Amino acid sequence: MMETLRAAFVIGRRDFTAIIFSKAFFFFLLGPMFPILVGVAAGSLSGQVARDMERPTIGVAMVKADSVKMLAARETLAEELGDRRLPVLKEVPPISEAETAEHLLKDKKNGLIAVLSGTLDKPVMTGTKSPIENWEGEIALISAYAKSGGQWSLPDVDTRLVKQSAGNVKQLRLVTAQSSQVLLFMLTMLLAGMVLSNLVEEKSNKIIEILAASVPMDAVFLGKLFAMLAMAFVGITVWASIGGVLALISGSALPSFPTPAVGWPMFITLGIVYFATAYLILGSLFLGIGAMAATVREVQTLSMPVTMAQLIVFFIAMYSVTKMGQPIELFAVFFPFTSPFAMLARAAQEPVLWTHALAIFGQLIFVVIVLRVGVTLFRRNVMKSGSGGRVKKQNGRRLFGLLRVGN
Amino acid sequence: MHAIEARGLVKQFDDFRAVDGIDLNVPEGSIYGVLGPNGAGKTTTLRMLLGIIDPDGGTRTLLGSDRPLSQAHQVGYLPEERGLYQSMRAIDTIAFMGALRGLPLKEGARRGRILLEEAGLGEAADRQIRQLSKGMAQTVQLMGTIVHEPKLIVLDEPFSGLDALNQAKLERMIRAQASRGVTIIFSTHVIAHAERLCERIAIIAKGKISFDGLVQTARDRLRPQVHLETETLDGPWRAALPADCKIEGNWWHFTLPESGVEPLLKALVEGKAGVRSLSIERPGLHDAFVAIAGETVAAEMDQQDAGDRL
Repeated sequence: MMETLRAAFVIGRRDFTAIIFSKAFFFFLLGPMFPILVGVAAGSLSGQVARDMERPTIGVAMVKADSVKMLAARETLAEELGDRRLPVLKEVPPISEAETAEHLLKDKKNGLIAVLSGTLDKPVMTGTKSPIENWEGEIALISAYAKSGGQWSLPDVDTRLVKQSAGNVKQLRLVTAQSSQVLLFMLTMLLAGMVLSNLVEEKSNKIIEILAASVPMDAVFLGKLFAMLAMAFVGITVWASIGGVLALISGSALPSFPTPAVGWPMFITLGIVYFATAYLILGSLFLGIGAMAATVREVQTLSMPVTMAQLIVFFIAMYSVTKMGQPIELFAVFFPFTSPFAMLARAAQEPVLWTHALAIFGQLIFVVIVLRVGVTLFRRNVMKSGSGGRVKKQNGRRLFGLLRVGN
Repeated sequence: MHAIEARGLVKQFDDFRAVDGIDLNVPEGSIYGVLGPNGAGKTTTLRMLLGIIDPDGGTRTLLGSDRPLSQAHQVGYLPEERGLYQSMRAIDTIAFMGALRGLPLKEGARRGRILLEEAGLGEAADRQIRQLSKGMAQTVQLMGTIVHEPKLIVLDEPFSGLDALNQAKLERMIRAQASRGVTIIFSTHVIAHAERLCERIAIIAKGKISFDGLVQTARDRLRPQVHLETETLDGPWRAALPADCKIEGNWWHFTLPESGVEPLLKALVEGKAGVRSLSIERPGLHDAFVAIAGETVAAEMDQQDAGDRL
């Protein structure tokens, strides 16, 4: 055991330093910045577009006195409710035989979404279905206020802020649970995929035979897996640091999540542990599959179904968040590939801790099992021959060797 | 004592039996050659002996252990398919290969520099593998194979891909290691290397051992060849020549009779054959190989050797 760990350390150290000090790793670190930059740019652009868009304007085609009252009432209410909550009112000539509401609406210069006619007692709103549904209530409110002649006095509400209420705590924690699952999934997806091509380097460099002759294959797999995990943590640390700096710069602009059931320190600790186990489970699987692949092309072929499987796992975990204690959630907790996601969601919603210890233990056991299977398949399907005529014949069968575990 | 012992090793790949009941005994401190054409089962045998793959049948012990990988720190292995990390420096490569076998990295680097200096590659120590020539990279890999001072060195087709100069260097290295008491086993399809280096050989063809023993014993399987030129073509001396001797003009070619050279000489002189020339040629390992493995296998190996040299 000690020899295996020693050998795993030698291999892990080599892999880790080779990756960390490569140019490719620098670009890898930059990778997530691009979608964030694109997201920020798209967000700000759409905000600008929204701001630049013309506000919905309703034409007031009442008699002069009523129109003036309506406009004044709208301004007063906007101060209390917020300007954007009310439609813009624009005085237009009163309705006549020559100037029907339809004419006013068709006139592009006016740019009206609806026309208000009638009296303050009985206003008439003419427009398409959507503006009428959206603004009918607000128009009624403005009309009522205008009719009262500004006699309403809106009382000042004394506000007292609390952090959370019993009524919405469950709902808020659900947000934390789902957000943490999304983050966990994105990190796992982004980082674990790198393991898939990890053994290909050794195979294309033909150094795998030296490794296999020097140390147990378990050590090779273990070393590679933990090297990639360490690399993943370096990546996460860098991204988290950049995120932290951005958070400091932007201050309160970033969303604040409600406190999870186990508290933030424990939740973050569990998040790190569950990332590690999710990564190790998926990584060990990838390593086993990647070990069967002889070329980058084979790795690419394999990566598609694996990515699809990852998505299914994620959807199951996401779906189970709202079904605490139900069979689907229990399945997600016990099924090794969904377990880290489901358990992290539990940590957000339930304060019980012993279940996490049990789950982490189970997940690690599963990692060992997957690694052992990967090693067995590797020894069974790879290095079947030297330079003799058998090699080429075997290449095509390697992938499918997975299906012949028992032969 | 044997560094390696194998009994009835079998390896089956799907419907192909790569190794079919091989027995091997490699004495400690010897240089042992495994001869056979490509596809004979040499690499598979070596991989089973080293524990890279498990045999489907039979037993093997390596340095006294039936778990070969447990002895990995005492073994150096140069596979046929050479490979190194291209972005790694030469010195780091040697240290890494030593570390795999349990040698501390620093010590590996120290010894690596000495080995590279001795090989005349001192200036290449800090260069990346991708910056080295193929021959230099192969030397670096060889240094990595011996940096931890193993008791047993296993070389799979070590001469393949090397030019004549590097082949000679490798032969010198093998002899130097053997002189330190290191056991060396190597596979080859070039009989000349085995003949120059080995005390013992095994001949493998189609997954089976045809011969396992001393090179001398293999040679002794064949009687020396006599090439005789006489002035006369007939006389009583003809009775001393074997019945199946070949005649080319005044030349007689035949296998030395069991009775030896003295009765032959006596018959030739007394029978007044008029001996112009008489030479007795001891058979080489190639002849022994042909006799043991058969013409077809020998021809295959000659063909592969010619292909390598091209």
